[in-house]
Amino acid sequence: MNLHSLVNGMARHRVGSALLFLLIFPLLMPYEALAINILIFGLFAVGFNLVFGYTGMLSFGHASFLGVGSYLTGIAMVHFGVHWIPAIFVGVVASLFAGLLVGYLAIRTRGIYFSMVTLALGQVIYYLFYKADRWTGGENGLRGIKAEVMEVFGFRIDFLDPLTKYYIIWMFVAFALWLVSRILASPFGSVIESIRENEKRTVACGYDVARAKLLIFVISAGVCGLAGALRALHLSVVTVDSLHYLQSGQVVMMSLLGGMGSFFGPFVGAGVFLYLEDIATNVTKYWMGVVGLLFMALILFFPRGIWGSLMHELKQRGMLKGDRE
Amino acid sequence: MNPSPLIEVRNVSLHYGRFKALSNVTVSFAPNQLTAIIGPNGAGKSTFFNVLSGALPPTTGQVFFEGQDITALKAHDYARRGIAKSFQITNVFKQLSVHENVRVAAQMRYSRYELFKPRASFKQAIEEADALLNRVGLTALRNKTVADLAHGQQRSLEIAMALAAEPKLLLMDEPTAGMSPEETSSMMELITALAKERTVVLVEHKMKLVMGICERLIVLHHGEFLAQGTADEIRNNDEVRRVYLGQG
Repeated sequence: MNLHSLVNGMARHRVGSALLFLLIFPLLMPYEALAINILIFGLFAVGFNLVFGYTGMLSFGHASFLGVGSYLTGIAMVHFGVHWIPAIFVGVVASLFAGLLVGYLAIRTRGIYFSMVTLALGQVIYYLFYKADRWTGGENGLRGIKAEVMEVFGFRIDFLDPLTKYYIIWMFVAFALWLVSRILASPFGSVIESIRENEKRTVACGYDVARAKLLIFVISAGVCGLAGALRALHLSVVTVDSLHYLQSGQVVMMSLLGGMGSFFGPFVGAGVFLYLEDIATNVTKYWMGVVGLLFMALILFFPRGIWGSLMHELKQRGMLKGDRE
Repeated sequence: MNPSPLIEVRNVSLHYGRFKALSNVTVSFAPNQLTAIIGPNGAGKSTFFNVLSGALPPTTGQVFFEGQDITALKAHDYARRGIAKSFQITNVFKQLSVHENVRVAAQMRYSRYELFKPRASFKQAIEEADALLNRVGLTALRNKTVADLAHGQQRSLEIAMALAAEPKLLLMDEPTAGMSPEETSSMMELITALAKERTVVLVEHKMKLVMGICERLIVLHHGEFLAQGTADEIRNNDEVRRVYLGQG
């Protein structure tokens, strides 16, 4: 097997290859919690990129879906004593609904107006959760999220063990990435790409653009909600920052850093962002400055992002065929 | 009109505030006929075209397609019923491949919101796209990104996309705009061939170009219906002459 067929084989099974890599990933990171964080934010960014990179709509309110997923999973567990597995389900369903609501109101607008409407609705959701402190803990955050120890086929599953926690979260992320990859390869996947390229033409082809946009927005919200639900389990606490627009901005940055034009770009971007944050905070408290400089350099010299540029280079050299990345 | 018309507009007006882009136009189009809509700049040709394709809902009046009132339907529903259009300014999916452009257009008839089946499993759409590329002479450029194509090639691609919907009515807004003389004549040949199988309506301001190939011409002027008839009838119509040759 030569290098060419290896690269193409990996590209053909993009999700499989990535998941294999993510299996050994915690061994490469300085500590497991960082690896878990990257897994969760990678999923968040991939979910966000369905709307941003694939459909061409820049949402500035996607923290809402991460936060709603986190809070509702947490609320289900803390206030209603729901087991953590159905609680994840509650979180995802809640963010699907949040996505339906925000999407319904926002998709009528385009360009900068879409960004502003999503930003504004995101802040509305932020204040709702901030004010509902009986349920959400308000400023102090929602505390006391504890996943019980489980016995599955004689295996003890304990969330307090970081490596166990990593692999459990890995399973959920694996399922979500597979699902997203599948959706992108479907006929519907080509409809959203057509919308990004030319909305008028997509209408003239007979596709209901408003409906397609709403559908992908809701799917995206659900994926981000799953990331949020997993994050609640990971941190055992949900803070109101997770709903803030700074969080929405961060996921835009992660997607651009890795490359919004590719499937894994946002995931890679999230990884690089969090890894740099981790290293730079040890050196200087102005870590945002370091990340900011790198971000500017990338936007200026590699506008396709880290992963996007790499894929482009491979294609230019004829090592990668078609649109698989 | 003896045969029942494929599409018919009745008393259609379209106003932008006080400006009347179209006033009280009533026209019908018989099946399998090649018709051109002509008129000087600002005559309301493009507006009329957009009413036919559902892109602009008329202020008053109705649009009937195959005997049904479709005035209230959305633009994508017009397309789904079999009204396809090619645009005046090339409107394609620039960053996608040539084949993908046509495949997406053909896919509409098979699947729109399917989420879990791979698109590669819709073989008919793939094959139809290839057949259409062959018809408009773009097979060699199948895997190119559309942004790399020449203008004339993009126009041909647009027509392939419009045909991929298997339309009953094909609307073409200035199909030869910006084309070289050679490209224009091959486009005219293609249009004549297409009109044998379906109803084609062209919007064109190059009057000479359409005189030769169209069975029927409709003249609009200042948003109003002025005349209709064969090329000879239009050529000898005093009103039309006054508009085109006089003050315009």
